[in-house]
Amino acid sequence: MRAALALLCLLMAPMAAAENVVLGLSQKSVSITTNFDGSEILIFGAIKREEAIPSGPPLEVVMTIAGPNQPLTVRRKDRRFGIWINTDEIEVDSAPAFYAVATSAPFGDALSDTEDLRHRISIHRAIRSVGAPMDVENASEFVTAVIRIRQDDNLYQLLENTVEVTEQTLFRTSIALPANLTEGDYQTRILLTRGGDVVSDFNTVIEVKKVGLERYLFNLSRQEPLLYGLLSLAIAIFAGWGASAVFRIFQRN
Amino acid sequence: MMIYLPIAEVSVNAFVLLGLGGIVGILSGMFGVGGGFLITPLLFFIGIPPAVAVATGANQIVAASFSGVLAHLKRKTVDLKMGTVLLIGGLIGAAVGVFLFNYLKALGQVDLFVKLCYVVFLGIVGALMFAESLTAMRRARGGVVPPKRRRSRGWISRLPLKLRFQTSGLYISVIPPVLVGILVGILAAVMGVGGGFIMVPAMIYILGMPTKVVVGTSLFQIIFVTAFTTLLHATTNFTVDIILAVLLLVGGVFGAQVGARIGVKMKAEQLRVLLALLVLIVCGKLGLELLLQPAELYSVTTAESL
Repeated sequence: MRAALALLCLLMAPMAAAENVVLGLSQKSVSITTNFDGSEILIFGAIKREEAIPSGPPLEVVMTIAGPNQPLTVRRKDRRFGIWINTDEIEVDSAPAFYAVATSAPFGDALSDTEDLRHRISIHRAIRSVGAPMDVENASEFVTAVIRIRQDDNLYQLLENTVEVTEQTLFRTSIALPANLTEGDYQTRILLTRGGDVVSDFNTVIEVKKVGLERYLFNLSRQEPLLYGLLSLAIAIFAGWGASAVFRIFQRN
Repeated sequence: MMIYLPIAEVSVNAFVLLGLGGIVGILSGMFGVGGGFLITPLLFFIGIPPAVAVATGANQIVAASFSGVLAHLKRKTVDLKMGTVLLIGGLIGAAVGVFLFNYLKALGQVDLFVKLCYVVFLGIVGALMFAESLTAMRRARGGVVPPKRRRSRGWISRLPLKLRFQTSGLYISVIPPVLVGILVGILAAVMGVGGGFIMVPAMIYILGMPTKVVVGTSLFQIIFVTAFTTLLHATTNFTVDIILAVLLLVGGVFGAQVGARIGVKMKAEQLRVLLALLVLIVCGKLGLELLLQPAELYSVTTAESL
């Protein structure tokens, strides 16, 4: 559905839009190394047009970066027998592991509600939750909880008024990626809007991947779990033996 | 210095982990416990996912117990035969425990179960140890000779399948040690602990083993049970984080040396009171978390980590 929509937009874009995005990224990919401590991506670009700047409402820019989609289980605690335990749970069909929206104006001004619905831009709409079990009350609170928890972890970010637009032609913003990132393709979208309506959009991908030792250990743990387990044990045994050996040397002195 | 843990997929301060390993190492050196009951909750606290904390905690205990067993082997205070019998039970228990852990994880109750286990077992062991060592301290001050405890194991002596354990000077059925082993194995897998704090009292009070061989024998079987648990978690859940383990080990190894030295300078009863208090504090903190309303009622799990 979303792919079809994107394709449709892509087909329509050259015909409909007189304004197109020329994009630059400070990095096309993010490498998770051993000392990875989050990353800041600078997104900048220009608007290419054949004619003069159209009159009417000013140009606004909306950007999103969305991490890989994952199904989620959300659980709610309740008091039973005097202690707090998980009682209700719902499955969220698909929610991005990371989601940031940056706009050049307050969100409601930059994008109308209809366009938000169509392009699934706001954080709430980026999460897809089809059905909740009938016995769970207030199922929508579960989705709100996901957003709240992930906003606290900086995994979901709503960055209003952070995109700088100069002379309706140049734009730039920076989005901070937190340290606890999941690997995958991060879909990056830039929408140009006027009066809340989308006039042009542009998609690209930022690749986030573990490299070096991180890549090696992660692959090893998934592809050769037995070997990986034995390696962990070997390190533990060696460290244990080493400690005992060092201790003996100290005792002798 | 921040380090990104490849399996836990979180970035943590390396010095925090080294320090954590160090503190637990000091305590394990002082008290002769593996420290699993401390390290796993502390890892929860700094934001390591519970599944990774439990599996990596088990790996960390392998190192601590291996180091300890070498020292005990030298002093000939390990009953290898009893250790093997306990081990057979332990391996069965560990397999059951990992299965139980995965089942509870699917139900979404694993955190609760792990915490309940901690509260119940730490509470019982802590309270018993505290009462016992206070009495011992009072006696030591009063100079009264404690009455010798009689080994009454009526029903145990009637069980079949008897074996002679020379190092322990025992002639008993293998059924109780196997059962003790199974119980500790389950705990090792579910709680990410070696189970020494359960094993040691069980060996003294249920099996009637002499105190001097208890610690070495317990450590001997813990190595294998926790090693087996680590392997099971690594192959079924992919939750052993090797970088996390190495950082904890480095801290732990140095801490244990310091702790052993502090331990030598203190009286046995004082050590036991301190250990009992520590156990009760951990128990109380986890208990409060269950009783008080949590700040966040909701929790999110990604399906991939199931």
